[in-house]
Parts: sequence; C-alpha cells; structure tokens
Amino acid sequence: MDGLALIAPVIVPLLGAAIAAMLRERPIAQRTVMEISVVTMALASLLLFLKVKDGYELIMAFGSWIRPVAISFRADALGATLSLVTGLIGAAGMIYARADVAARRRRSGFDPLFLSLLAAVNGAFLTGDLFNMYVWFELMLVCALGLITLDRRKAQIDGAVRYAALSMMGATFILVGIAFIVAEVGTLEFRDLRLTLAARDLSLSIVTGGALMLAGFALKAGLFPLFFWLPASYHTAPIVASAVFAGLLTKAGFYACLRVLVTLFGMDMLPGFPVAIGVIAGLTMVVCAGCALAQTDLRRLFSFHIIAQVGYMAMGLSLASLIGLQAAIFYIVHSIIVQTNLFFAAGAIYRADGSFDLRTAGGISRSQPLLAGMVAVPILSLSGIPPFSGFWAKLTVLRAGFEQGMMWLPAAALFAGLLTIISMGSVWANGFWKSRAGGRIARPVPTSMFWAIATLSAATLAIGLFPGFLWEVAGIAAHALELGGTR
Amino acid sequence: MNLVYALMASVIVACSIYMILSRNLVRLLLGMSMLATGVNIVIFMSGNTQSPRPPLIEEGAIVLTDAADPLPQALILTAIVIGFALTLVLATLTLRAWRAERTLNTGQMRGAEDLGDPTRPGKREG
Repeated sequence: MDGLALIAPVIVPLLGAAIAAMLRERPIAQRTVMEISVVTMALASLLLFLKVKDGYELIMAFGSWIRPVAISFRADALGATLSLVTGLIGAAGMIYARADVAARRRRSGFDPLFLSLLAAVNGAFLTGDLFNMYVWFELMLVCALGLITLDRRKAQIDGAVRYAALSMMGATFILVGIAFIVAEVGTLEFRDLRLTLAARDLSLSIVTGGALMLAGFALKAGLFPLFFWLPASYHTAPIVASAVFAGLLTKAGFYACLRVLVTLFGMDMLPGFPVAIGVIAGLTMVVCAGCALAQTDLRRLFSFHIIAQVGYMAMGLSLASLIGLQAAIFYIVHSIIVQTNLFFAAGAIYRADGSFDLRTAGGISRSQPLLAGMVAVPILSLSGIPPFSGFWAKLTVLRAGFEQGMMWLPAAALFAGLLTIISMGSVWANGFWKSRAGGRIARPVPTSMFWAIATLSAATLAIGLFPGFLWEVAGIAAHALELGGTR
Repeated sequence: MNLVYALMASVIVACSIYMILSRNLVRLLLGMSMLATGVNIVIFMSGNTQSPRPPLIEEGAIVLTDAADPLPQALILTAIVIGFALTLVLATLTLRAWRAERTLNTGQMRGAEDLGDPTRPGKREG
C-alpha cells in the first residue's frame, strides 16, 4: 500500500498520458482524461505528503530486488512536499488550459505531453536513484520540447532548437558525472551513496563527478553562466506550457543540485564548493534581475525573473548549513507557485490587450479590478513585500546569510531585490494601471483563467499569512536531505 | 587497455564538440549523436573491464568473485536508447526548422529572438 502511494504520483499521469494519446481525435474526451488524471495525481501527492511530513520516509524497490541493487523510489519530506506543489501547479494548469488550449492544440497532443511532463517532474522528485533521476530529466526535456513546438510556429521551432541543444549538452555532463561516480563507488542509490561516501575520504573521481553533475544540473536550473537558453525559448511556448515550465523545470534542476551535492559531499562540502556556488548565486541574481529591467515583453521579462529567483535558492545552498537548506527549500515552494502565477497573469494580459507587450498593455485595474487584485498577489510576493510568501522566503535566506557572515552575498541579494521591485513596479504600472492608448477598454478575461490565478494567489497568501507550517516542513525536509535516509 | 579507451573517448568527444560548435544544424545533430557515443565509452570504462566473465556466482560458492560489473552495462543500454530518442527529436526539429526558415544556419534563425524584442516598436500579435 505504501509502495502504491509512492509511485501513484508518477504512474497516474503516465497512464493518463497513454489513454489521452489514444483519444487524439477527440479533444473533449482527451481533456476529461487529463483532468481526471491531474486531480488523482494531486490527491495522491497530498496523501504521500501527509504520510511523510512528520519526518518519516517511504522506500520502494522495483522488481522485488534487494534495495541497493534495485532501482528504488523514495519519498522523504523534501520530495513529497515538492510533489505536492507539483500537484497544485498541475491542477492550476489544468484549469487555465480550459481557456488557453483549444481543440486544435489538444489534437496536436497537448494533454499527453502535459501529463508526461508532470509525471517526469514527480519522478525526479521521488526517485531514490541517481541514474533514474537523469532519465526523468530526459523525459522532462522531450515533453518540454513537444509543448514548446505545439503550434509549430517559426519562433517556437527556433526556441526549441536552442533549448534542445543546450539541454542535451547539460544532460551529457550529468551522464559523464554519473560514470565517474559509478567507477569510484559502484552504486547509484542516494542512500547507499551517502552511506558509502560518509565512511571514506573524498577522491578526485568523486569531486570531478560532482562538479560535472553540478554543471549539468545548474544548466537545467538556469544558474548564471548557463542561463541563456531559458529566455531564448520559454517565451515562445503556449502560455500555459510556459507557466508550468517556469514553475517546475528550473526548480526540478535546482532540487537535483541540492540532492546530488548534499548526497555526495554531505553538509561540510569541499572548501571550494560553497564559495563557487555563492559567486554563481550572486551573479545569477544581479545579472538576471538587471536583464529583466530591459525587457518589454512580459514573457521574456518573467523568464529573467525565474532565473534570478533560482539565484536566491542557490544562495541558501551555498551557505552549506541546515538553516540555509531550510531557507532554500522554503524558497523553492514559494517560487514555484509565484512564477507559474506570473506567467498565467501574462496570458491574462494578452487576452485583455491582445499583446504581451507592456508598452501597449494597460487598463485592467479599471475594467477588471478583481483580476488585477489577484495578479497583485504574485507581483507583490515576487518583490518581497509582506505579508506575502516572497517576504518570508527572502527574509529567511537573507537572515541565514547574515548569520553566517558572508556579507557580500546578502548584499547582492538585497540589490537584486531592489531591481526586482523596480521591475515589478513597472509591470504593475504599465500592465494594469495606465490607460490604454486611444482610451480603448481592456477585453474581459475568461473565467477559468481567473480561477487558475486565484487558486495560486490563495496559496501564496496562505503561505504568507501562515509561514510557520511551511517553515517547519522545510526544516524537516532539510534534515531528511542532510541525513539522506541513513538513520 | 584503459588508456586506449580513454584516448578513443576523448577523440570522439573532441570531434563531436567541434561539430556541435558549428552553425549548421545538421552538423549539430551529428555531433550530438556522436557525443552520446563518446559518453557511452566513458560509462563502459567506469565498470571494471578487467574480467570478461559474467556476474554469476559459481556453484558451491557464496560470494561473487572476479566478474565484470553489470551495472555500467545496464546504464549504457539505457543511455543508448535515450540518446537515440533525443537524436530523433532533434532530427525532427532540424527538419521543421528547415521547412520553417529555409535555412540550416543557426546564425540566421531569428524567430525566437525577434519575438518580443524590446528594441522593436510594440505591436499586436496574432
């Protein structure tokens, strides 16, 4: 029964994808299958979360093999929390897709791709095996490419080529890193790796493997020198796909960074690693928040903010302490919800104004004040204004940074935060406040878009008003991550 | 023997990276599929290639002695399949790119860059 609960968040959407793929010519049936699968998946993730949130963990080995030999799935508080958030994003995306994805896109295969993407993300969060994690990342890449090119527009093909080329290079780095680890340790299960490596000194092979995997997963997460593929491709996808990518893909990449580095090197990482990650984190935040200021297209602007936010999480990791990890995990959850919501908001602005361009947008705060209010939540949250989740996320990361005396890193974070506030202020003033040219009134936005935005805004507000619960869960998750299941 | 394999892997990887850096999409595609081969050799080397014997415990014995490690071989099989699938996806994209843009020069593909370019006047899009 526990085994079933553990694999349900992966198996259910995969099954749904298979059924939806067979119903290709029947968009309504396809949509129904997709919605049932997503809701079931989200409930399964919730069940899993309730089982492990107090610090337990579930382990399942496939094929009745003994554990280090078999490929295993493992849910600790970290994986289950992220899987739960994936369920939430999937559900919001499902609601939004009712308005954004018409029959033509469903015939092109939106539903199977969307479900497979969710399955792959859940798989990456719940797997207990390094190589298996690599496989889930490849599945994520293939599904993402399919979703980007859904309309087969020129820009989409172009964006997909850029995305594919760089992501495949990243995957190659991960694979070579795995080969180094296998050569040295002979096992790939996280728990077994942690146990074996804790008992011996680090060797050159492990460090090389770790560095290669850091490079590969940092590319997937969009960290500083390796982020160019993201703003070059995310803005071309259908908006609901962009939103789900924005929430889940980079964060899955960052989760892999966390899991792999802590498993290989433990908490007291090598002398060089925390500083290197700190420098990368600082540059990511400042450069990408700065780049966002230059953009006028909402999707490109938010794309740069996705990366800048990953910088804050990497800052938590670079502190190499429990409190830093706890802050990073809190930040991941906050960021997934807010980034997805912002892309939803961009889609709503497009519906209202006929363009993603901030220069021609405007007038929504007058014609649809309720929608504007809902969108204000993620905008304020990303800027780090209390009482929204972003305030607590930034506060905890900064506090952890100051406590550990790495003054330059929190300073960079504060500067990036200022740039973010300016950028979000411009989004609000241009997209919502100002009147449109010629006094035209913004068109109404479909209700399903409104409800998708409202769902995520409610989640952001809930985290903002009751941060204690998530903070505690993040603490348990950080503990589980550090121990690596070796109790 | 390991040295020979290492040399082979490095030559293949070097050639494929040279090809990936090309602006021609087809060369990028070929480079990617060759890169996967080079990496597979690295994985192959990561198993101890000293012994050619299968990993079966002999009759009467309790522990496995002197056999090839099966794990890297399982990894290579999976990596070959994934590499093949990704090559196909990239090939499809290359074909689509040729049909959409009528060029294979990635320097001339500006579709994604032009979409939402802040230096162009704001316009409505379909």
